Amino acid sequence: MNRVSRRHAASVLVCFALVAAACGSSSKSSGSTPSTTSTPAKLSGSLDVFAAASLTEAFNDEKTALASSEPALSLTYNFAGSQALVTQIKSGAPADVFASADQKNMQKLIDAGFVEAPKTFARNKLEIAVAPGNPKHITGLADLEKSGVILVLEDPSVPAGNYARQAFTKAGLPAPKPSSNELDVKSTLAKLTSGDADAVVVYVTDVKAAGSKVEGVEIPDSQNVIATYPIAAIKASKHLTAAEAFVDEVVSGSGQQVLQARGFLAPN
Amino acid sequence: MPAFVAVGAVVAALFFVVPLAGLVWRAPWSSSWKVLSSAEARAALRLSLETSVAATAIAVVFGVPLAWVQARVAYPGRSIVRAVTLLPMVLPPVVGGVALLLALGRNGLVGQYLDRVGVHLPFHVAGAVVAETFVSMPFLVLTVEAAFRSTDQRFEDAARTLGATRSSVFRRVTLPMIRPSLIAGAVLCWARALGEFGATITFAGNSQGKTQTLPLFVYVTLEGANSDAAIVLSLVLVVVSLVVLVSVYRWLSRS
Repeated sequence: MNRVSRRHAASVLVCFALVAAACGSSSKSSGSTPSTTSTPAKLSGSLDVFAAASLTEAFNDEKTALASSEPALSLTYNFAGSQALVTQIKSGAPADVFASADQKNMQKLIDAGFVEAPKTFARNKLEIAVAPGNPKHITGLADLEKSGVILVLEDPSVPAGNYARQAFTKAGLPAPKPSSNELDVKSTLAKLTSGDADAVVVYVTDVKAAGSKVEGVEIPDSQNVIATYPIAAIKASKHLTAAEAFVDEVVSGSGQQVLQARGFLAPN
Repeated sequence: MPAFVAVGAVVAALFFVVPLAGLVWRAPWSSSWKVLSSAEARAALRLSLETSVAATAIAVVFGVPLAWVQARVAYPGRSIVRAVTLLPMVLPPVVGGVALLLALGRNGLVGQYLDRVGVHLPFHVAGAVVAETFVSMPFLVLTVEAAFRSTDQRFEDAARTLGATRSSVFRRVTLPMIRPSLIAGAVLCWARALGEFGATITFAGNSQGKTQTLPLFVYVTLEGANSDAAIVLSLVLVVVSLVVLVSVYRWLSRS
């Protein structure tokens, strides 16, 4: 009977091999079907735009805005932490445009020769987010290290996580010891809205986008860090003209309006 | 052998071999020892071993009784219970993590009461163990349940007629009969727990020394400056998994 039992177990092995492969990845993307119309306009064809997670709402607004003015353009977004996008692009992901939440990650692609000259298109500031009503009475960065406050930040490799640690240094505080180091601002914010974190540090624009689900606690300018967002066309893009036109549209066209409506600061 | 079968088989085999070759090709062999001896990598390695062993132990303690009930007791709704308890095998682990968060997180269905008695799972080692157990226990239950079904119940009946109590029959007759499957199930369960990523990062977060297990460490460092460490530790996971699969398979097919 041991034999029978073993045979059963062996068939489970096969099952295991099948299922073990089903570990998913967590990158978020919103797609649209490619447009079939072809016009000589510059902003046409389909573009894959890799953008920092903090740009999710603003860039989706931009897509809506362009849908009516540039019907021949079809945008597909891939939102994730800038550091994750750099890894993907370096590994050959078919991106046409990269929008980063910091210069550091853009520099990695410049050094590797992947992008055309980047242009700054927005700036952003950090803000503390807490549960509505501020139950832990957080008034500033110094309160985040108090015992009994569960602080969640982004990993130091994520732009926002890097900026947040700079802010603690500027405020003369010791390096923070967060309960978790998340991989982008959106998953950081999700730990607050699920109720498992008491406070997170994200961008002003993320707090604004979360609406009434969170409450913002301002970080004074003397401690705050200004995030600079560069955007660039990817040299290997098969739609380089359209990619460059999209970059221009974000830097000086309709992009500025939607970004500032979402709380981003003008590029300079 | 028809040509298309040969071609298909070669393509299928290459599909699995090539990614491994990619890892080996990029591996920084000369600095691999330095990478493995870094404090962060060691913390992740130790945490992974501890949490996966703990998850396996929990799965054995609770999974074997579940498997026995599923195999031996006919009750209404048994197939529904089977579907639900095996669901984590096919569910995207991230979805499992979200479900765990909504159930056992601080504001969760059960978690709000746990919080009141001082039990915190997210961002703590226990949370990583819970996430790994959730995803890996079905492998043990499935293996052991199949074994309970296939054992000859006359041995147990004989032991009973000779005066053995129910619990002594279970311990001294039933369990020894399913021992190979129990060990195989536990090893598969452990291997799955060791590789858990999605449920862990969603439910337990990414906290060095507490919930940053080896797969999380690999994912985070791959995107940072130290991508060499990610490749070396990926290879460690590949080697461990290969050794486990090959040895369990050999041991099972040996008669």
